[in-house]
Amino acid sequence: MSVTIDTVKRVAKLARIAVDDEDAERMTGELNAILGFVEQLNEVDVAGVEPMTSVTPMEMKKRQDIVTDGNKAGDIVANAPATEENFFLVPKVVE
Amino acid sequence: MTLVDTRTPDPKRLIPGATGDWEVIIGMEVHAQVTSNAKLFSGASTAFGAEPNANVSLVDAAMPGMLPVINEECVKQAIRTGLGLKAQINLKSVFDRKNYFYPDLPQGYQISQYKQPIVGEGIITVSVGPDRQGNFEDIEIGIERLHLEQDAGKSLHDQHATMSYVDLNRSGVALMEIVSKPDLRSSDEARAYLTKLRSILRYLGTCDGNMDEGSMRADVNVSVRRPGEPFGTRCEIKNVNSIRFAGQAIDYEARRQIGILEDGGAIDQETRLFDPNKGETRSMRTKEEAHDYRYFPDPDLLPLEFDQAYVDALAVGLPELPDDKKARLVASLGLSAYDASVLVSEKAVADYFEKVASGRDGKAAANWVINDLLGQLNKTGNAIEETPVSPDQLGGILDLIKEGTISGKIAKDLFEIVWNEGGDPKAIVEKRGMKQVTDTGAIEKAVDEVIAANPDKAEQARAKPTMAGWFVGQVMKATGGKANPQAVNALVKEKLGIAD
Repeated sequence: MSVTIDTVKRVAKLARIAVDDEDAERMTGELNAILGFVEQLNEVDVAGVEPMTSVTPMEMKKRQDIVTDGNKAGDIVANAPATEENFFLVPKVVE
Repeated sequence: MTLVDTRTPDPKRLIPGATGDWEVIIGMEVHAQVTSNAKLFSGASTAFGAEPNANVSLVDAAMPGMLPVINEECVKQAIRTGLGLKAQINLKSVFDRKNYFYPDLPQGYQISQYKQPIVGEGIITVSVGPDRQGNFEDIEIGIERLHLEQDAGKSLHDQHATMSYVDLNRSGVALMEIVSKPDLRSSDEARAYLTKLRSILRYLGTCDGNMDEGSMRADVNVSVRRPGEPFGTRCEIKNVNSIRFAGQAIDYEARRQIGILEDGGAIDQETRLFDPNKGETRSMRTKEEAHDYRYFPDPDLLPLEFDQAYVDALAVGLPELPDDKKARLVASLGLSAYDASVLVSEKAVADYFEKVASGRDGKAAANWVINDLLGQLNKTGNAIEETPVSPDQLGGILDLIKEGTISGKIAKDLFEIVWNEGGDPKAIVEKRGMKQVTDTGAIEKAVDEVIAANPDKAEQARAKPTMAGWFVGQVMKATGGKANPQAVNALVKEKLGIAD
């Protein structure tokens, strides 16, 4: 599998990363090198092997249904460039 | 998902067009907010109506370095719901990231479940009707899957000229997305499906089903075709927030698509919005990039695993669900299927009815709850939770009828008094002298008086026995409705010399 420069530009756009033509050209080469390596890994027969999700076997940690957080709207919006009455303000988005 | 057609085209559900009949195909994706105190992956509150950004933790705001930890109660709620939908429970499921950018989604992705959801295929039995003959038809609607995911925040667009306001209180609240198979074939069926699903969720206590507060929203997929043909191209109507609107949106959308096809056009697969004010659907701004969410397993979360014993323990704790309750009311109390379905449609109504019916005649209790209580609540626009007449009070009225202390007619007056003023029915009857007169002497005296005062009418009645009813009415009036109607009837006939 390999990618074209158009795919690189599209993925960059979906990820909201600005990439100019020169960078896209370079990244196409880099990504294809990575994909080539993955293809090499694909040669290993892993039929019947469960995907490993963690290096140490463990169960997912769970929390109890208790409210332990919140009531700090001032902190939440502290870094926002624009706020009003603890709302975030963003450039207007209307459907 | 492979779409399988499970239904046979039914002429009575087809929509007539200018060039022949059409069949509408509907599938639903319902987002149901999980009833829990805290959010799916954080310890912030889920309470509705809080101050802006008050119910937000640093996890919900996607601050760097924050990690999600799953709320076990939300997992249990999803399993309970799956069991209530008679569905496959998957002992292992996986959380994925669904990537997209929007100002009310601070993470830049929604944690959801994609290829391995917590709940698989299930079924809901939906009752559609009544038709012109008053019959109901039960149809089975397939459930494709149920998965857990995070809700997004909320944007307000009308507060400022150039800016949108964003409130993250809902961000991270647990949702169950319940996806039906494309098994629905009319707006009536779609409404019945939503009503039944909401009822099941409320019985289970896993979602409050409150569509006004956005706790339950539906995305409705609609397509049309000629009966017997393959499925047509569908449009998805997003975020419909009432059952009535869902019906209107489907009717409008089906007509719109039929119009396009009959004019020789083709349907564009697209996302549409329903405008309740205009009663129409319209195209949402077409996304420049088609849905490309680039799902991948969330590296911050391990697979969600539990054993069958965990599921079995939850199954034991499930309440009786509406279908089972309905069957029981029909079988053990002899109620009609219609009455039973009215009583079980809302859990609070069923609970009320069962208190009234406990130790009393089930049919009488059903009549009073449906006709009088629900009738009156409907008139005043109140929910069963706001009833001024408690189950004990209504039960007291039924007891007084059963004992023969009051007539059915007086009971209606008594119900009015209890509704308006409250109080113990028995004490009210004593205090206001509403007891039924069964003393034959007193009734006889009243009958004699009425006959004596109306000799001409008495003459007519002897010639035309149906006139006797007038005398019964007069005697009931004279006794303030307290006389036993059967006794009055018998005495009037006897005194007038009319044979039974």
